Amino acid sequence: MTPGAVQQLPAWGPLAALAALAVVALSGAMVNDVLAARFSGRRGGGFAPIAEAARLLRQRRRSTVAADELLRRVGVAGLTVAAALKVAVLPVGAWVVSDLAVGLVWFNAMDVLVWAFVWLAGWGQNSVFPLVGGYRFLALALAYELPLMFALTAPAVAAGSLRMGDIVAAQEGLWFVVWMPVAFVVFLAAVLAFSLQRPFTAPMSADITGGVTSELSGVDRFLVLTGRYSLLSAGAGFAVALFLGGGSGPLLPDWLWFLGKTVVLLWLLVALRRRIPQLRPEQLMAPAWVVGLPVILLQVLVVAVVTINGRSS
Amino acid sequence: MPEAILFVVLAVIAVAAGVAVFRTDSMARASYALAVSFVAVGLMLLQFRLEYIGVITVLMMVMEMAVMAIFMIMFMGMNPALMPMDMVHSKKLSAGSAIGLFLLLTAGILLADWPESRGPAGGDLTASLGEAIMEPKMLVMLVISPVLFATLVSALVLANPRGRYSTYPLVPVEDADDDDGQGKGQDHSGDSAGHAAHSAHGMDHGAGNSDGHGQHHDGGGHQ
Repeated sequence: MTPGAVQQLPAWGPLAALAALAVVALSGAMVNDVLAARFSGRRGGGFAPIAEAARLLRQRRRSTVAADELLRRVGVAGLTVAAALKVAVLPVGAWVVSDLAVGLVWFNAMDVLVWAFVWLAGWGQNSVFPLVGGYRFLALALAYELPLMFALTAPAVAAGSLRMGDIVAAQEGLWFVVWMPVAFVVFLAAVLAFSLQRPFTAPMSADITGGVTSELSGVDRFLVLTGRYSLLSAGAGFAVALFLGGGSGPLLPDWLWFLGKTVVLLWLLVALRRRIPQLRPEQLMAPAWVVGLPVILLQVLVVAVVTINGRSS
Repeated sequence: MPEAILFVVLAVIAVAAGVAVFRTDSMARASYALAVSFVAVGLMLLQFRLEYIGVITVLMMVMEMAVMAIFMIMFMGMNPALMPMDMVHSKKLSAGSAIGLFLLLTAGILLADWPESRGPAGGDLTASLGEAIMEPKMLVMLVISPVLFATLVSALVLANPRGRYSTYPLVPVEDADDDDGQGKGQDHSGDSAGHAAHSAHGMDHGAGNSDGHGQHHDGGGHQ
């Protein structure tokens, strides 16, 4: 309703947003490998993602017999693209690439694209384990998507707008996380789910020899692994914009606060998911729908009542 | 002018992807060609400044195709869905009804007495859409949405043997049950003689897969 809340960047905006996404995602991967090294009693590990990327980019890509190359490539490259498209509507401080009036719905649509891409990557390889992995992701996705949608509803109802800039602006007095903690927790769980992080790693777990990733090598594997960290980073960014006040903070400029909060939240998520065991795919549906949905619906009800009372008074 | 060009490009993509749905021999390609067609339509709606409807179209259609992939395994059994197959059947009836419907809709578009545009649409179109749905059309929405939701849930419950015959398993189900279910499924698809061609394809694919696996294990050593 107030298009002036954030300022759209000129033509170099998309490049800057992509670069920021890449740097934030790389920092997440580095933290992960530092933690992994420390866990096994070594020091360092921070450059392991770069070394791994260099190794994968030099590796020859392997393909399976009678693979559906088109679908496989769309799926493999799609995860990173979906993350980049999400970031396009994310206000970084006072700047945004595209100030879409329905930015929140756009985010949701891009996260549904992940359903398609993971399944296509699994299907297109014409191999049993990737196919099983693709279907496992759909099983998880059916369970987490509805709670995620309602978790997105809460900030939109409170702000009275689907525009990301308005949602951030509505948190000037009080961050949404303070009075919608359930929505925040459900949203973070869904972020872990759509970025294929534990406990939602069943589509690529060891019991199906890596599932969707089992036949991928070289640049294909690199793109999928990058896509997971990009989606996690984009999710952390949206958690900051939707619940943690976006770029608001004392002294430092908006964008720095925003990136700082995003990076800290991303690192926390990376550290947290290392400590959670993996769920079997059929274990998510009942908790997500029998417990998660009623709880998040109550949260939306509370938010709606508070918002309407606030407006009428 | 650039907007018009973009519109034409999107329209061509939408139609071409729609044609591809029936030309391909793979269920996966057919369903995602349909998704591409709808995404192009969604982007055209964005051009009309109908942002909410456009983005929701993209969201719903992509999700629908993903769910279609689940249905295709649940209701068709594993084999036919995974094998190459013809995407058209009862050709004369389908072609006839498609052409008839197209003519009907075109005639409707051309002959309808459309209201004159009263200046540019003002304000927040998403908000006015919401008001239109929630105020005058509230009853319709209240009737439709539970019916749609009940359809979805009951389809899932019926397709899942555990959903039909027992409550949600709080203890892990024994393996014997699973084996039984799979055995039945295979018997069923093997029974129908019409699927003989499919089972031949199945053998091809089986061979393909095991080759792939050989490669995989070989490759594993290099990593």
